[in-house]
This record gives sequence, structure tokens and C-alpha cells, in this order.
Amino acid sequence: MKFSIQVNEGPYQHQASDSAYQFTKAALEKGHECFRVFFYHDGVLNGTRLTTPPQDDRNIVNNWTELAEKYDLDLVVCVAAAQRRGIVDEGEAERNGKDATNIAPRFRISGLGQLVEAAIQSDRLVVFGD
Amino acid sequence: MSDLHTVNKSPFEKNSLDSCLRFSKAGSAILLYEDGVYGALKGTAVENLIASAVGDKKVYVLGPDFKARGLADDRMIDGVEVVDYAGFVDLVEANDKVQAWV
Repeated sequence: MKFSIQVNEGPYQHQASDSAYQFTKAALEKGHECFRVFFYHDGVLNGTRLTTPPQDDRNIVNNWTELAEKYDLDLVVCVAAAQRRGIVDEGEAERNGKDATNIAPRFRISGLGQLVEAAIQSDRLVVFGD
Repeated sequence: MSDLHTVNKSPFEKNSLDSCLRFSKAGSAILLYEDGVYGALKGTAVENLIASAVGDKKVYVLGPDFKARGLADDRMIDGVEVVDYAGFVDLVEANDKVQAWV
């Protein structure tokens, strides 16, 4: 079955990013397909590679990147939410005159249309967050 | 035609469990996870809410989240079923759509 996941909450806030990650991993391990993971609102903070949690804590950002590498996931960060919260890739840095980027590997910045498409193309959309 | 409803907040923090139980139809599945697992405890002010729903709705608790909060299985309301993440995936697959009560 084809799933898409929406994450509305930042990492290390409550538990939504962890739940979304564990759910996605479990679905992929069962042989399901993940069409897209869409990060919205504070969820876009899952996509900064500057995150540095203590060494004995889980690294949620790296977990996503590693899962994406293993299963070729499409990790999409909402552009409007990203601009507000300072999540920047090359294109956004150029467009908005920023001197740096911080997008994590395997993440990309795109629009809300990607969420709508995910909802249409997938059998199920599962939402995590506050 | 059945839906899966998910509740991730404690009933002592938000009224999402109450909303979920009021709006969900008979035959629905309800999954309590994250702080939502507190709703499945015996002996609380909301015990009757869940206990009376167990008849015509299926209520599930995400086991890892229940355990992570130091709660023992014998404190869980009778009729509530425990699932793991794989079971969560199965519930999403088995129902037509998923409604998150956030």
C-alpha cells in the first residue's frame, strides 16, 4: 500500500517527529511504499543539518536522512513554513539573499502542492503533530 | 467502511479524546499513542469514556508509548488492545482513512 506522512511538529518538542519516523520505518519494513513525507509548520525544523543533539541522544534529522537513503524517500519541506523558520537551501539562499544554507541531505524545499499531490496519489495520509 | 482515529494528547491536557469519541462512528478504530495512552488507564476521571466506547468501537494503545511512561499492562482498561508500530501500520492499512485528533 502507498502511504504519505505529514509531520507538523518540530523534533525534540513532544514526540510527533519520533512517532512519524517510527511509523514510516515500520511501514517500509513491512514492504509498504512511502510516496512522500511532508514537513509542515514547525515540522520543517526536522530538515536542518545544523542540529547537534548530545551524543547519547537520538539524532532525528540524521535518522530521516538515513531512512531516505535506504528507501529513496522524498522528504519535502514546506517553503513558506521554511522561510519563516530559517530553513534554507541553495535556491532559497539565492532568492532571499541569505549567506548560508542549512537544509539536511535528502530533504528538499517545495510547496504545499506537494502535500495535495501526496494526498491524491497515496492510499493513506497519516498526520503526526500537535 | 471504517475509519482509524488517532489521539496523541493526554485527556488531562486537551479534549481531543473527548471530541474523537463524540464524533467517531460505531465500528471505528481508535488508537491512543504518545501522551494519549493516559486515556487508557483504569481509575481516572475519564475511565468511563473509554470503557463505554469499547463496546461499539475498537480501542487500541501503542504499547511502546504505554511502556515508555512506566505504565504496567494491568493498569489498562479491559477490552483495550495493545499494538506495536507494525500493528499501527496494519490499522492504517485496514481502515479506509485516518483522522488525527490533534
